[in-house]
Amino acid sequence: MRRFFPMPTRLAWKVWQRNRDVFFKTYLVNFLPPFVEPVLYLLALGYGLGLFVGEIDGVPYVSFIAPALLAISMMNSSFFECTYSSFVRMYYQKAYDAMVATPLSIEDVIAGELLWGATRSLIYTTAMLVVLIAFGVVALPSSLLVIPFSFLAGLLFSGIAMCFTAISPSIDTLNYPAFLFITPMFLFSGTFFPLSVLPGPIQVFAMAILPLAQVVTVSRSFTLASVSLPLFLYSIAWIAVVCTVLFFVSIYLMRRRLVV
Amino acid sequence: MQGSEETTEGKRGDNRIRSPIIRARDLVKNYGNVRAVDTISFEVMPGEVFGFLGPNGAGKTTTMRMIQCVSPPTAGFLSVFGLDVKDHPAGIKRWLGVVPQETNLDPDFSCRENLLVYARYFDIPAREAQKRADELLAFMQLTEKADVPIDGLSGGMKRRLILARALINNPRLLILDEPTIGLDPQARHMMWEKLKALQAMGNTIILTTHYLEEAERLCDRLVIMDAGRVLVEGRPADLVRRYTGDEIVESENSPQVLACLQEMGCRYEVHGDMVQAFSDQPRVLARRILETCNPGRVFVRRGTLEDVFLTLTGRELRE
Repeated sequence: MRRFFPMPTRLAWKVWQRNRDVFFKTYLVNFLPPFVEPVLYLLALGYGLGLFVGEIDGVPYVSFIAPALLAISMMNSSFFECTYSSFVRMYYQKAYDAMVATPLSIEDVIAGELLWGATRSLIYTTAMLVVLIAFGVVALPSSLLVIPFSFLAGLLFSGIAMCFTAISPSIDTLNYPAFLFITPMFLFSGTFFPLSVLPGPIQVFAMAILPLAQVVTVSRSFTLASVSLPLFLYSIAWIAVVCTVLFFVSIYLMRRRLVV
Repeated sequence: MQGSEETTEGKRGDNRIRSPIIRARDLVKNYGNVRAVDTISFEVMPGEVFGFLGPNGAGKTTTMRMIQCVSPPTAGFLSVFGLDVKDHPAGIKRWLGVVPQETNLDPDFSCRENLLVYARYFDIPAREAQKRADELLAFMQLTEKADVPIDGLSGGMKRRLILARALINNPRLLILDEPTIGLDPQARHMMWEKLKALQAMGNTIILTTHYLEEAERLCDRLVIMDAGRVLVEGRPADLVRRYTGDEIVESENSPQVLACLQEMGCRYEVHGDMVQAFSDQPRVLARRILETCNPGRVFVRRGTLEDVFLTLTGRELRE
């Protein structure tokens, strides 16, 4: 069975532990961005630009973008972990070779990396949420649901990232998904302006295809404590299904790349 | 390296039964259309140091990777500890210690942390791992460097730390792929010393190497491979005797010497400005050359594995 279908075991957590240990060794460097970044965005966009924008859909602009900042953090922290950082471990440090020389299989290694990417999203998003709560721009207690959700969203973007890592010939070609996929998504997923201002077909495209659009929808429901139920359920289901599929697809692609 | 009495007992037990640690039968590995390993068979017995020699592209590393259960064989049979590599990778890898050709230590950790993190992959409890890591650092003369990051180590220290890492799980089989590659003579001798010690403790070791002196010093038995096939198998001393005789006569390459050798009807090879002649009685041959062929110089030296290697694989450059 295992020979055909990628089944990681509990040993995946050993890889997760390894990444956690490295992360907390350099925690000062790691924890600075999630605290500084939202403050900058809140000041520049929320209060600066927000002065001219006023309200969107009856919500102050700063409260409109706060959940988007959380969603972007979930995306960036996990996506960049499982692309550039994973590529460095795989290709330059030969860390995967070292790991598969132990009882760990390549399935365990990749699953551990994905779980770590998700955890990183959780850590960063939680840190950022603390700042947003301090600024009083998110609703409580519903915003706390963002914390468990950030793990799921992180796992989604980790899976996407690992698929790109598995097919990328070099670290430079990872710039393609970073600039052609992540950057446009960062701007056109209902982050800094509502999707409804875009032409109809693009709205449909965004809600059908773009992962960040789903993550923004769910995050915004939590931080504004207001839910459009069909849309919310659609986005949650979309994330759960795509996340599960990509978890296994990315492991499969990595195994194809590394087990020769 | 033995961590406990129990393990030593276990190895003695294996020795008594004498069932092979590795058994390869008609093993084949293809990469696409390229056949990297072409129908090779060999067995490695408990307590043996077994070498794989060959020029670049001979299939040595590919063979190691199949034994390590990280590269599935295309065809043929391969078992380690009596378990088929296809069906029991985790069960086999549990008892392997691997020193890869490329240094793949974790640069985010110190020496000791490298060992501890690796121990965790083997499910070794933290307390035992600590003890074992300290023992191994001492054995490899790295105690002083325990808390130094990997970047702060010399090439020789890195190789020794990789060897320590490979021993963290008390392996029943050590796999060394070019263990002394890129080391200076001092570091190489240090590595040999450690490997000799491991050998004396009864460890089963397989290794690949380009350094024939290394193979001659360390290996009980070896195979010479070329283009994916095993050319010859045996003990180093036996191979030298069989292919070159104990001693080789070397002389200057002049037409006169060559004419002489042809007249005497003995086997010889020309290498640049030197000619090598092989004989059952090398000293007699050398005397005759000296007396009758007017050579610039002639001398007799001990045959080495390098002579066997070059005889079998040729002098053509492999790149």
